[in-house]
Amino acid sequence: MNTEILGIIAMFGITFLLAIPLGKYIAKVYGGEKTFLDPIFIPLEKLFYKISGINPSKEMTWKQHLVALLSINLLWFLMSMAILMNMSWLPLNPDGNPSQSADLAFNTTISFLVNCNLQHYSGETGISYLGQMWLMFLQFVTAGIGMAAAAVVFKAFREKTTTQLGNFYNYFVKSCTRILLPISLIVAAVLVFEGTPMTFNGKDTITNLQGDTVQVSTGPVAAFVPIKHVGTNGGGFFGANGAHPLENPTYLTNMVEMIAQFIIPMAMVFAFGFFIRKRKFGWMIFGVMTIGFWLLAAPNIVMEMNGNPAIANMGIDISQGATEGKEVRIGAAASGFWSIVTTVISTGSINSMHDSSMPLSGMNELIAMMVNAFYGGVGAGILNIFIFIILAVFISGLMVGRTPEFMGKKIEAREMKIAMIIALAHPFLILGGTAIAAAFPSVGSVAISNPGHHGFSQMLYEYTSSAANNGSGFEGLGDNTLFWNISTGIVLLLGRFLPIIGPVAIAGLLAEKKFIPESAGTLKTDTSTFGIMIFAVIAIIAALSFFPALALGPIAEYFSLK
Amino acid sequence: MSNNKNTSLFQPELLNEAFKQSFVKLNPKIMFRNPVMFTVWIGTLVMLFVSLWTLFGATGQGSFAYNFIVFVILFLTLLFANFAEAIAEARGKAQADSLRKTREETPAKLENGKTISSAQLKKGDVFICVAGDVIPTDGEIIEGLATIDESAITGESAPVIREAGGDKSSVTGGTKVLSDKIKVVVTTQPGESFLDKMIALVEGASRQKTPNEIALTILLAGFTLVFIIVTVTLKPFADYANTPITIAAFISLFVCLIPTTIGGLLSAIGIAGMDRALRANVITKSGKAVETAGDIDVLLLDKTGTITIGNRKATNFYAANGVDQEQLVKAAVLSSLADETPEGKSIIELAGINPSTIKIENPRYIKFTAETRSSGIEYGSTRIRKGASDAIKNLVEKADNIFPSEIAERVKTISSNGGTPLVVSENEKVLGVVELQDIIKPGIQERFERLRKMGIKTVMVTGDNPLTAKFIAEKAGVDDFIAEAKPEDKMNYIRKEQSEGRLVAMMGDGTNDAPALAQADVGVAMNSGTQAAKEAGNMVDLDNDPTKLIEVVEIGKQLLMTRGTLTTFSIANDVAKYFAIIPALFIASIPALKGLNIMNLHSPESAILSAVIFNAIIIPLLIPLALKGVAYKPIGASALLRRNLFIYGLGGVIVPFVGIKLIDMAVSLFM
Repeated sequence: MNTEILGIIAMFGITFLLAIPLGKYIAKVYGGEKTFLDPIFIPLEKLFYKISGINPSKEMTWKQHLVALLSINLLWFLMSMAILMNMSWLPLNPDGNPSQSADLAFNTTISFLVNCNLQHYSGETGISYLGQMWLMFLQFVTAGIGMAAAAVVFKAFREKTTTQLGNFYNYFVKSCTRILLPISLIVAAVLVFEGTPMTFNGKDTITNLQGDTVQVSTGPVAAFVPIKHVGTNGGGFFGANGAHPLENPTYLTNMVEMIAQFIIPMAMVFAFGFFIRKRKFGWMIFGVMTIGFWLLAAPNIVMEMNGNPAIANMGIDISQGATEGKEVRIGAAASGFWSIVTTVISTGSINSMHDSSMPLSGMNELIAMMVNAFYGGVGAGILNIFIFIILAVFISGLMVGRTPEFMGKKIEAREMKIAMIIALAHPFLILGGTAIAAAFPSVGSVAISNPGHHGFSQMLYEYTSSAANNGSGFEGLGDNTLFWNISTGIVLLLGRFLPIIGPVAIAGLLAEKKFIPESAGTLKTDTSTFGIMIFAVIAIIAALSFFPALALGPIAEYFSLK
Repeated sequence: MSNNKNTSLFQPELLNEAFKQSFVKLNPKIMFRNPVMFTVWIGTLVMLFVSLWTLFGATGQGSFAYNFIVFVILFLTLLFANFAEAIAEARGKAQADSLRKTREETPAKLENGKTISSAQLKKGDVFICVAGDVIPTDGEIIEGLATIDESAITGESAPVIREAGGDKSSVTGGTKVLSDKIKVVVTTQPGESFLDKMIALVEGASRQKTPNEIALTILLAGFTLVFIIVTVTLKPFADYANTPITIAAFISLFVCLIPTTIGGLLSAIGIAGMDRALRANVITKSGKAVETAGDIDVLLLDKTGTITIGNRKATNFYAANGVDQEQLVKAAVLSSLADETPEGKSIIELAGINPSTIKIENPRYIKFTAETRSSGIEYGSTRIRKGASDAIKNLVEKADNIFPSEIAERVKTISSNGGTPLVVSENEKVLGVVELQDIIKPGIQERFERLRKMGIKTVMVTGDNPLTAKFIAEKAGVDDFIAEAKPEDKMNYIRKEQSEGRLVAMMGDGTNDAPALAQADVGVAMNSGTQAAKEAGNMVDLDNDPTKLIEVVEIGKQLLMTRGTLTTFSIANDVAKYFAIIPALFIASIPALKGLNIMNLHSPESAILSAVIFNAIIIPLLIPLALKGVAYKPIGASALLRRNLFIYGLGGVIVPFVGIKLIDMAVSLFM
């Protein structure tokens, strides 16, 4: 057992241990109970609510929630376009970076608005500090949006029968101020101590060992990086993202950033259990997610540590593992681990180049995003697995001889329709996008850098990452073209809002239904048997939808490697 | 078919009809009702054109023979699916017809003396039946009383009594009057009896999809759409990889992946549920009722006839101190002479005295009333009373006589043992007690235990006092009871359970049961019951068997389980089909993918053919299961899920690997 593996176990173990109390805390926050931060934020919130004329205690139906959610997103979209296109003359631009063109601003706005952070600019040259701070704001609020939507689903299963699902603004603001902000502050403190810059000054000048002077970009990095992880956003301050030494200086920051992105998605699962007073149910979902996660992560760690046999055949030492595209200070094992953490969770920040992963590691990264529910993004993860749970409940409910019910609510045609549309949307966006790119080589597959199976994987990865709102890339793809910007942009939007609308609608519809008490004939949804059923549904849907595509990409590449 | 069970599933005359229907159902308008099979229908049509195209010299699509074989297999897949539905319909119709046949073309004697055919009877007509007549159609007795042989419908040979007024006033067409004369009013329009409605339900014309069937169809349509996406996008993927894929391969892949197994069997499963109900002699008014039966949480059962055998019987005479046993018995018999209740008759029976041998002058019979709660006889200066202990006690104490303590003691003992004590007095002096006992049906405890394991709460409804009710409830093993029940108590109980979200089933026959039958989620009316009761319920039990509810619940559960397990099986099958077809598609241009050919199939063509052949023949192989239903075992929901997941989920993954490999070995002999 080497230290690399120990480091991974420590990262997972610490996250897990912290996630349980955090889950309890999150449940308290959404339950409207007192928290230790109330004295600081309540007066502030009152002021803002007064100015904006919002009554945070007004209960909303699921439709009102969705209207509030979508309209606030539209507002941010307009504000974002205005700021990004006028950065050059606005304040906080010490490096004199230019404004973004309309199409670039559009792309940047959408990708940050959907909590994905696909970046087609480089942070050092393409954006001012004001722009960075605006993006940082979006990283906070979009994470808050996802969590608020999850809170609506939580609420729908807490009461027996209700149309009153809490207040959207209340959930949203509390997600930001009570959960995201304090955790980000802790992470930021660690980063500052480890050397991450926090300044509004322009480029710094250093003299390197050769005696040359070098211009080094700095900025409010320590403020930006924490929420990029805590909110599972993934967009870097600098172009090189988590591989950049000022964003991720040491093994310690690597661990802290890893835990930061992992912790809320995990804690949300426990929070669900605590909130609806069915802890065992939370543990069951956690079990399903954890097994799924390790089934993907463990092989990746092993494959990356074993390295590439084709390179070994050339007589090159591969004892350090598959080192192409990896940072030496982080190592093969931690890179392999991160590659799955960042893809199962919708962060998409990277600390190694996924394009250089071993073929089946690349496949696992793809599967992680195709499933998108093994932990998943803050809020969005719970919403995604909710759809799988509904499908699993439907089939297994029938198998025990009752019309299917979940948490005492009957699942009928309307809920099935929505669940199927959402379940369909993901393969549709991924396969449809990739098919169009493959069908029109002049605009689509022209962007790939490796022809053959790997090139196919590059295209597949780009759309998978977009549909899953992940934001990572097989960076060999030259994707900064009109075709790729527009097609991925559409996929991004649909991939974000459909999986929010669907689960909230289903939860809202179920909440209105009559509550049926449990009997001995009722299928218990907090058992390991039902966990297996969920897992089977996820595996079957992902495997059946994507198997042909994976066979042509990473699997074919894997078999040709030998 | 070697064994008897299968022979009964596929009777030759039914097969002929089903074969014919399999082709009739190829009509696209009918196919369209089933989205999964409709896509197969389109695929088959495309393959027909492709076969013709290759025949006239198209290249790159494989040989004509290969394409034609694919077309034939797909065509068979359609026929198999249609056949499944047709055979289920044919069985239901045959069963219903055999019930209906008994009442066709029976002469009906009208009030005015004219005789017409039963087919001409309209609602409201009144006909007359005397001993020996077959009752021409369903109706309600408005005058008279008759013993009737209902064996044609129920199979039960013991004759039953039906009389005007009260809850046993309905007669069924096809049954035979054995004695006396009755006047009957026709209650349904020709062609609108429950049986006619049921036949229409089975025949498909008026068959509505049940809510659960609709939801499942959405799920299956969703899966079909996923595979449309998968198959369509595969075309540009394959082009990118420079791998030409034939149309036959595309269509085969698609048809294999979509859930054709459950898609083909879905409507057969639903019809078979109604069939099974009919086989249990229960006419269902909708498919939904059967489905709901599977969800029932609470079962309301009448004590009499369901939990206990018929009525209470006298089991013992206990004389008071200083009273001769014979004196008590004689008094009890005398007081029961005019008592037409089964209890009264059972006293005479127990005493072993023939009532006709008793000669008394000018007897005056005292009828039972709710106020006196006693009945009796008076002759000369003798006043004999028989009744509830407190009623007699009142009577005795009013005359300044003492109610003996040993009798009070005995009354208590009898009550707490679930019996009913009847105290007998002569001239306001207590003679003794008659003990009436309920006899609990043998085997009923096991049935309740089974229901409890299903998660169903049983509630006994009885007119008995709470003490007696409690004793019987405990002895029979029911979970709850309603004692001293009035009709509105049933209704209130149902409402209360429903307000807490539970689904309630009950059985009833009387007009005063009708509101409760309508309120219950599943209301089973006895065929002997009043028309109002039959209209109110959503099922009619031809056997008038109160334990039938238990069977109905199991039929409902079987129906849902069969859908669930076959869906799981169908989808799990896809894993093996992928491993057969995907390597076959790409192996020519990407030899590396031969690593996926884990079944080591002979050639790409044989692999594809084996997969579609397996996909086709699995449908007829599963028809018996679809018709009989998956066996329900009350072992708790989680255990049941584990069991079915293991058999149909894991089995669904493994079976096709074996099946496709075997078919491939057979197919490769010809290639």
